[in-house]
Parts: sequence; structure tokens; C-alpha cells
Amino acid sequence: MEDIENTILEYVIDEYLEDEDDEIGPNSPLISSGIVDSFSMVSLKTFLERKYNISIPDDKATPEAFDTVNRIADVVRSFIS
Amino acid sequence: MYDFGPYEKTYKEFNWDLAKEFLEYKEGDPLNIGWYCSDRICQQGKAQKIAMIWEGFDGEVRKYSFNDLRLLSNTYAHYLKGLGIKPGDRVCIFMDKIPDLYISFLGILKLGAIAQPLFSAFGEEALFTRMDDADSIAVITTRKHFRKVRRIKDQLPHLKHIIVVDDENVRLEEREKVFILDKAERVEDFNIYPTNPESPSVLHYTSGTTGKPKGALHVHASIFAQSLSSKWVLDLKDEDIYWCTADPGWVTGTSYGIIGPWSLGITQVVYCGGFGSEKWYKLMEKFRVSVWYTAPTAIRMLMKDGTDLVKQHDLSALRYMCSVGEPLNPEAVHWGIEAFDMPFYDTYWQTETGAIVITNFPGMKVKPGSMGRAFPGITAVVLDLKSYEVIREPNKVGLIALKPGWPSMMREYWNNPTVYQSKFINGWYITGDRSSIDSEGYFWFVGRDDDVINTAGHLVGPFEIESALIEHEAVAEAAAVGKPDPVNMEVVKAFVALKPGFEGSSDLELSIMNFIRKKLSPLAMPQEIEFVDKLPKTRSGKIMRRLLRAMEWGEEIGDTSTLEDD
Repeated sequence: MEDIENTILEYVIDEYLEDEDDEIGPNSPLISSGIVDSFSMVSLKTFLERKYNISIPDDKATPEAFDTVNRIADVVRSFIS
Repeated sequence: MYDFGPYEKTYKEFNWDLAKEFLEYKEGDPLNIGWYCSDRICQQGKAQKIAMIWEGFDGEVRKYSFNDLRLLSNTYAHYLKGLGIKPGDRVCIFMDKIPDLYISFLGILKLGAIAQPLFSAFGEEALFTRMDDADSIAVITTRKHFRKVRRIKDQLPHLKHIIVVDDENVRLEEREKVFILDKAERVEDFNIYPTNPESPSVLHYTSGTTGKPKGALHVHASIFAQSLSSKWVLDLKDEDIYWCTADPGWVTGTSYGIIGPWSLGITQVVYCGGFGSEKWYKLMEKFRVSVWYTAPTAIRMLMKDGTDLVKQHDLSALRYMCSVGEPLNPEAVHWGIEAFDMPFYDTYWQTETGAIVITNFPGMKVKPGSMGRAFPGITAVVLDLKSYEVIREPNKVGLIALKPGWPSMMREYWNNPTVYQSKFINGWYITGDRSSIDSEGYFWFVGRDDDVINTAGHLVGPFEIESALIEHEAVAEAAAVGKPDPVNMEVVKAFVALKPGFEGSSDLELSIMNFIRKKLSPLAMPQEIEFVDKLPKTRSGKIMRRLLRAMEWGEEIGDTSTLEDD
């Protein structure tokens, strides 16, 4: 797994995972499973923008695009120049 | 079958005895919602009819008949009774939308105890506030959520039982126990507590401008209004497959996600997962949902994904759609017609009202943007903002007020008679919402009359957020207001003055956002934080929230003569 995926996965585990015993991976559903709800996506987006010094337009930060760590990493990559 | 008839005639001739007749209730008989939603349906010959089609986010599907509901809620009631829980005790339900939530709700009511649903995304402080105020004796929860309760249990001396229902291997500490419904022996006969119409049933907490959240206490008689409005407004018929997208942590999820439909013996779909346009359409296609009750925020999110996605799914079973939680904008009504060939019917009510009070009805002319007309048995008016006199003139904005006396009206705010009394003026219940009424009796929502923030249909109290904000190490003082949002109507924005030694930065913004998300809930988390040197205050030192809100909404600021400076 690449750095971006690792960083996002670590952040999601630290910040959003309620159950310490749950294991999630880069393809685990986040939004559709309720681990990250649509409101909390804002804080996740803020984290990504700060961490990678990018700006993600709202229409790219959709529940579908943010549903797995791998998909989020794709979004991030598309904005890293 | 449930022909509503001409509105004017039905409204004029209505009295609440009709609702009792629908449920075949006779004066003096016990009235228990748990029995009405399971045992009674079985007695009507529908024991094997499916009550709940449940789907988890991973695609697992489970089906429960009304007989399952009857037996399993008996089993819950029996277990809770064995723990020593008594009628009138407050029992919290704190979990995602898994079957245990729905079944335990009925079990608690059968025992005569008070069901106290808690939104599963609540953080520790939000939980503590509500459980402490209600002196809750037990909480039914899951592995995912119970640690939040564990961390605050020492501050909750009344809390005697923390019950985990989905993992028998969890390592238990003091006061914690495990109850696995699937492994428990099903209880055929449970002696249902003979609650009467005025016996307390459900305690839902709701936010106000000031002070802590208030517990709106409902009684078993609420079923009269919830059941009848489920027939007349949601138009539920015996063959329907109904989907209410609301979480029972909020009142819609209990009044119309449990009590209303099941009191009519309706099959309902429960989806335990997050939002996703395609997922939702697939679910409706798969289970052939015919009646759908959802929220404007969800509708606006679906709108963003367009009509093509809708058309890719076979939604031919869908015949009726309603909306609740916040005003439904005309664009959403028009989009409903474009995408589904039918409008969304807007409904209006509150945690305190327990059931729909102003609404559009099947067959009624929908005026896009209007929340409709008063439900039969509800006297609804608008009052002058200063004199509290009834406004007779059409199209003039006033406070929405209701004449008390309908069955699902809250009976008190738990432990808070002063605030409860303050909601009544000149014999009217004051909703706190502003509206006008047109010449045909249609209500047109204008906004809140206080500082409460309506985000995605959920009321969030600014005081609760501000109190939590100042607990962050960097925050000296703070104000929380609603700012406009195209999807959620409003989202929380915080104005924050920092303590010496701290500087505003995106790192700090994120830290504060996550602090509130974990402490209260994602709904209460500010979506934007503006760092300011100081907050505008009145001469008496009160933060001028309304000034900040007006700035966010681009409204006239009005008289600022009481500002302390600037």
C-alpha cells in the first residue's frame, strides 16, 4: 500500500473507528457502512486538504468518492500537482 | 381503504375518538404500544406477515414476521424485567439501526418502562447530558458503541445496566452484561404491563437555544395520532412496503419508523447503512418499496446525482413519497415529479408534537414550498410575534402555534417544568417556528424564531456546542450559529476567540472540529470555524448570536445599539 493510502487509513482508524477491535482495510466501506457519516466527511476533507495542501471541490467530495480509503486516495492524487 | 375524503369535511367533523376507533380501543382498557405493534397484529391473523425486512450495509438481509416481533419483544421485556427494571424506569437504546433496536423498543414498552432512544453517533458528552438528566437505569447497546458509555459510567450513579447485545465475547466490567437475542429462549407469554393512555412511553431529547437538551416525554396515547396519520398522511395500506429512512435516535424514526407503520401491520424496510444514491435506489428496487418517507437533505443529495440514475432502476412499485425534517424547497418537489413522476408530500411536526400536525395529504393539491394544512384534530394558527394574538390576515408571518390537546403532544420536559411552561402562551403551544398561512389555509415556513440550528432536519442547540467548544484547550469563548447550506439547509459555523498563546490555523480548525464531533456528534461539529479577536456582545455581556447569524445569511443586521463596542 502506498503512502497516501497508509496515511488516510491511519487517520480514519485513529479518528473515526468507534470499535477498537474492528479491522478495516483500504477497500473497507466507510460512508456506506456508517463508519464515517456524511457530516464527518467535512473533517476528513479538511484533513486531506491540510495534509496535502490541496483544495477538493465539494462536487468531488461525494459519499461515493469517499467510500473507501483507496477511492479517497485517488481523489487526493487527482489534485496533487 | 383509508380514504381521507374531502379535507374540509374531514377536518370539520373530526374528533380523536375516530383514531381510537381505528385501533378498536375502548375507554378504560389498557393501552400499550408494544402490544398494539405486535400482539394485536398477530391477533388480526397477520402473525406470519413480514413486519421488517432488514438489510445491513454488507448486504445481509433478515426478515422478521409480526409473530417474531411479538416473541422477541416479549423476550426482551422478560430479560429486562429479570434485571429488576420496573415500569417508569428509563431504558436507553444506543445502537445503529440493527434489529435489536426496533425489537428492544417494543420490549421496553411492554414492560411499562420508558424507551429513551439515543442517536448512535452521539459523543460522550451528549450521552452523559441525556442519561444524567433522565437518571437512566439501563442502556442497551452494541460492541461498537458501549465503550463510550463505559467511559462515562462512573459519573452516572443511576445507570445500573450496560447491556451489549451483539458480542458475547466482550470483556465485561462492573455493571456490564451481555444479552444475545438469537440465543435467548423465545418467550411465548409475557404479562404485558397494563399501561394506560397517559402512561409514559418514549423520551426523546431535543435541543433549545439555551440550556441543556430537554427530554420531551410522550405517553402511550401518542399511538392514536401516529397510527391515524400513518394512514391518512403516509397513506399506508396493507399491501405496502414502506421505507422510513429516519434513525430512531430521532423522533421520526420512532413515531413513523416503528409505531405508526407497525400499529397498522405494515411491512417496513430498515437499512442499516449510510447514505448512497445508488444504494438507496437499489434497495427500493430490490424490496419494491411503495411508500417512502425521507428528508429534504437526502432528497437534495439525490438530486445532485441526477434523474438518469433514478431511471436506471425499476422503481415501478413506488407510489407515494413524503418528506420531513426541514422545509422542502419547491425545486425538490419539482425534481420529484421529474425523476419519479410524483411529488414529495411535505409534512411538518416536531419532537414535542409526537406526530404530524401540518401536512400535505394524498390527493390534495400540492403547492411546492408549502408544508400543507393542519391535520384534523389540530388547531394550528400563526400568532403575532409581539402580542401573541392570532393573525387572521392571510400571508402575514407569525409564530406557528397549536392548541394543546392532541394525543401525541409531549406531556412534560423531563425534570424541567419551567421550560415546559414557557412553551405555552395564551393557551397556545408555541412551536418556535415562523410561518405564514395563505387564503386556502396552506402554511409557508419562514424559519426558526430562535437560535436553534436545523441541520439536515435535526435541531442542534447552540448553547450545547458553545459549552463544548470552550472546553477545548485553545478556545476562550465561542458562538455557534447556523449558516446556509445548499444540501443541509443549515450547517454549524463557529466563531472562536482563542486564548493567549494560540493562533488560528487549519490544524487548529481541524482539532476543534474533531473535538466537537467526538464530544457531541457529527451533526454538532462546526463545518466552518472563523477565528475572531472577540465576539460581539450586548452591554450585559451576552454574545450576539443573532448578529453573527444575520451576517452569515446576508440579512439586515437591525438595531445594533446594544452592542458593547464597534
